[in-house]
Amino acid sequence: MFGRLTIEALPLYSAVAAGGAAVTVGGALLVAIVITWLGAWRYLWTEWLTSVDHKRIGIMYIVLALVMLLRGFVDAIMMRAQQAMALNSGGYLPPEHFDQIFSSHGTIMIFFMAMPFMTGLINIIMPLQIGTRDVAFPFLNSLSLWLTASGAGLVMVSLVIGKFSTAGWTGYPPYSGAEYNPGVGVDYWIWAILISGVGSTLSGINFIVTILKRRAPGMTLMRMTPFVWTALCSSVLMAFAFPALTVACALLALDRLFGMHFFTNAHGGNMMNYPNLFWIWGHPEVYILILPAFGIFSEVVATFARKRLFGYKSLVYATAAIAILSFTVWLHHFFTMGSSPNVNAFFGITTMIIAVPTGVKVFNWLLTMYRGRIDFHPSMLWTVGFMVTFVIGGMTGVLLAIPSADFLMHNTTFLVAHFHNMIIPGVLFGYVAGYMYWFPKAFGFTLDRKWGAASFWCWMIGFYLAFMPLYVLGFMGMPRRMEHYNDPSWQPYLMVAAAGAGLILVGIACMAIQLVVSVRDRRRTADVSGDPWDGRTLEWATASPPPAYNFAVLPEVRDREPLLDMKERGTAWQRPPAYQDIHLPKNSMVGVVMGGLAFVLGFAIIWHIWWLAAACGLAMWVAMIARSSDDDAEFKVSAAEVKQIEDARYRALASQTASRT
Amino acid sequence: MSAAVMHATPAAPEGGAAATHEQRALGFWLYLMGDAVIFALLFATYVIMVDNTAGGPGGKALFNLRNAGLETLLLLVSSTTFGFASLTARTGNRTAVLFWLLVTFVLGAGFVFLELREFAGMIGAGAGPDRSGFLSAFFTLVGTHGLHVSVGLAWILIMSGQVMMKGLSVPVTSRLFRLGLFWHFLDIAWVGIFSIVYLPGLL
Amino acid sequence: MENPNNDHGLRSYLTGFVLAVVLTAIPFYVVVTHALSPRRALLVIGVAAVLQILVHLRYFLHLNFTSTPKENLLAIVFTAVLIFIMVGGSFWIMFDLHTRMAV
Repeated sequence: MFGRLTIEALPLYSAVAAGGAAVTVGGALLVAIVITWLGAWRYLWTEWLTSVDHKRIGIMYIVLALVMLLRGFVDAIMMRAQQAMALNSGGYLPPEHFDQIFSSHGTIMIFFMAMPFMTGLINIIMPLQIGTRDVAFPFLNSLSLWLTASGAGLVMVSLVIGKFSTAGWTGYPPYSGAEYNPGVGVDYWIWAILISGVGSTLSGINFIVTILKRRAPGMTLMRMTPFVWTALCSSVLMAFAFPALTVACALLALDRLFGMHFFTNAHGGNMMNYPNLFWIWGHPEVYILILPAFGIFSEVVATFARKRLFGYKSLVYATAAIAILSFTVWLHHFFTMGSSPNVNAFFGITTMIIAVPTGVKVFNWLLTMYRGRIDFHPSMLWTVGFMVTFVIGGMTGVLLAIPSADFLMHNTTFLVAHFHNMIIPGVLFGYVAGYMYWFPKAFGFTLDRKWGAASFWCWMIGFYLAFMPLYVLGFMGMPRRMEHYNDPSWQPYLMVAAAGAGLILVGIACMAIQLVVSVRDRRRTADVSGDPWDGRTLEWATASPPPAYNFAVLPEVRDREPLLDMKERGTAWQRPPAYQDIHLPKNSMVGVVMGGLAFVLGFAIIWHIWWLAAACGLAMWVAMIARSSDDDAEFKVSAAEVKQIEDARYRALASQTASRT
Repeated sequence: MSAAVMHATPAAPEGGAAATHEQRALGFWLYLMGDAVIFALLFATYVIMVDNTAGGPGGKALFNLRNAGLETLLLLVSSTTFGFASLTARTGNRTAVLFWLLVTFVLGAGFVFLELREFAGMIGAGAGPDRSGFLSAFFTLVGTHGLHVSVGLAWILIMSGQVMMKGLSVPVTSRLFRLGLFWHFLDIAWVGIFSIVYLPGLL
Repeated sequence: MENPNNDHGLRSYLTGFVLAVVLTAIPFYVVVTHALSPRRALLVIGVAAVLQILVHLRYFLHLNFTSTPKENLLAIVFTAVLIFIMVGGSFWIMFDLHTRMAV
């Protein structure tokens, strides 16, 4: 009836585990209670959960990302604390628990923090920047969100019912196979990834079609913003790389569920094919994450240096080159697996080549800043911090690209330092810069600058404290993922690293305080004009937040910086002569329902509750068929309503101008 | 009032039905490209594991050329008959569309029947997907294709229902177009399967 | 993609069908009769497969350089390149490992 689910699944075997479960359950209950107390369930359902509006969906993605950032960061603090104290001792975390924590840390940060954060930013801003009303497939957009949330839900539930995987975020067999890991941990990992992977693939397709087919009149490809270019390239990577992850995890699932022999030790399994398939996805994945961050930096640098972006064309070509080259380097993740020198050398060379276009970008950003009038808004701080720190990480990457050097460094903390040195200053700083830059557009008021700067400095200094020691430890020979060790010369470095993690925690607290303070002060810091930074691109032409239809009249684009062009011509924010009816997609509950069903389906497969899995699978098919047969999916905003909304906006604009003069 | 604003595109609907159809066609095409990558990697896995028979039977012992040839013919003819369905859809002939969809369905169902029979036979003879790496790869590659065909069959039924209930409206013919892309793509994948699995296996 | 003349459309499907049958019969014949060495036979099978796939793309999917949208053509070319890299790379890596690591 309940498959292999029994009462033993509750984490009562350890105080730490029980604590984690309690916090998870407690947190969820608290949220439910607050919503009930505010009487907001209906509002939440009709305005948010069933929304197919790209702006709302994007905000929900970012909320998910920030929540999962907290969870993933708790994992990080726990690991740093353990390693700081575990010299010749077991510390406070037994190995099996420590292994779950490093596995969930990586899985969460990549799949359920970075990916949703990126997808959320692209969702909110890209359609506005290309001058359209919504993405090409608004319903699929909602479905993607809820599939991602479903995967995140599975990872969170593993804290309360059962255990998570101990096979790392990459899950290599045969350790992750049924013979060595028959429990539910690896299954949680597989199904969280498979389900959210479908969501990411669909998002990739959605964004590609949107950018290629829905740009405003006059916006040629070479007039798109750098952020849209990077979103396009990243989406291409999403659409074409995720199939490889699907294959890798599906074959592992077949081994585990049906006793197949793709990756087993015996019966003709070939375990080496798993890393091969996994990294065919895995390397493009890191470029999926970093390219939009590069796009954000390009926008921020131009806006806050008050200068036209330098070398736009070379930035576009560099982005496209990085995207294509990202498919040619994947073996560098397993140089040490026994390939011949020729194979290793080939992939080592391609890995070094891919560093070049990124270098081109760094010079373009620097040259944009040169002779600009720089406003050190927090987003600019994150950008400058990125430029310095990311280059260091890039250089260690080129070092690791040499196969013979990698034989010494692979799977040491040097590697851990390298990839965090790319992802934190690159991906995270970029997304946070975007968050602070575009927050007023999404919510109608700006974020507090002081607390933004404070969080930056804590993250920046904290990052160096947390990860530079790891480079040194790698050279000293410390392997990654160690639950305890016996070399006393390592401990001082690990204690510095723990202090760094503590400082980052302060940085995260500053971000939370920033949010609270900004909400409190929102009337004073309201963004009335929709253009708080004297922007140059189309998203700043809309109200903050934009109405559901984004633009009452779709703009005609004449320049790469359309809003700046309109300002210079005196045509920005001009009242159109007439309004027309606007058709928008209706909300739909199918997305959130499918997400819920996917969550239960995953849970049922993990615990071998076959009747429940079959029922959910069937229900999902029925929902999909019903939705696909629906021909009545739009509603109309009449011209009169549009006029009302727009008139209110022009009144607000006029009163702000009046109060300024 | 500036010329730029005067010439701005009217609010709704952006491009209309034609634009929607093009966007959905491109979106579906991109999905098929991703599916092509999945199949390509399954093919690669199969070739990598083709000798991993673990002392068990290989393709020579298990594959039946007549069966594979019959399946090939069924699928190829079904692709052609779906083409006929597409042609008659353009002329607005509801009955003809339903007829050709039915023929396509029968041929496709015949294909799935033969494949299930083949699988059952192999499993019954102790050569199931859990026997060896080679067999895991075979069953997964060919089975994934068969699963796609089965989904296509269900989709044909649903479209037949839609044609009957709603007629050959723009959304319905637009969906038929995408189903056609799907169905032809599956025949292409099958060309790969008999060329990489069955024929070399029997050499 | 859209062909107003039904005759042309019908001709397209029938031509495609005949060509596909021929391109199927040849490799099947080669295998049934064992007429060629295994290496030659594989070459015939491979060439026939590639040609038949092109036939399907042209006569069933109506892919051509005039009426097919640029994005769709670009997508299929890009996919072909990626498949070449992924599958070719996988073969190189896995067969290299096979010789060196007995896997």
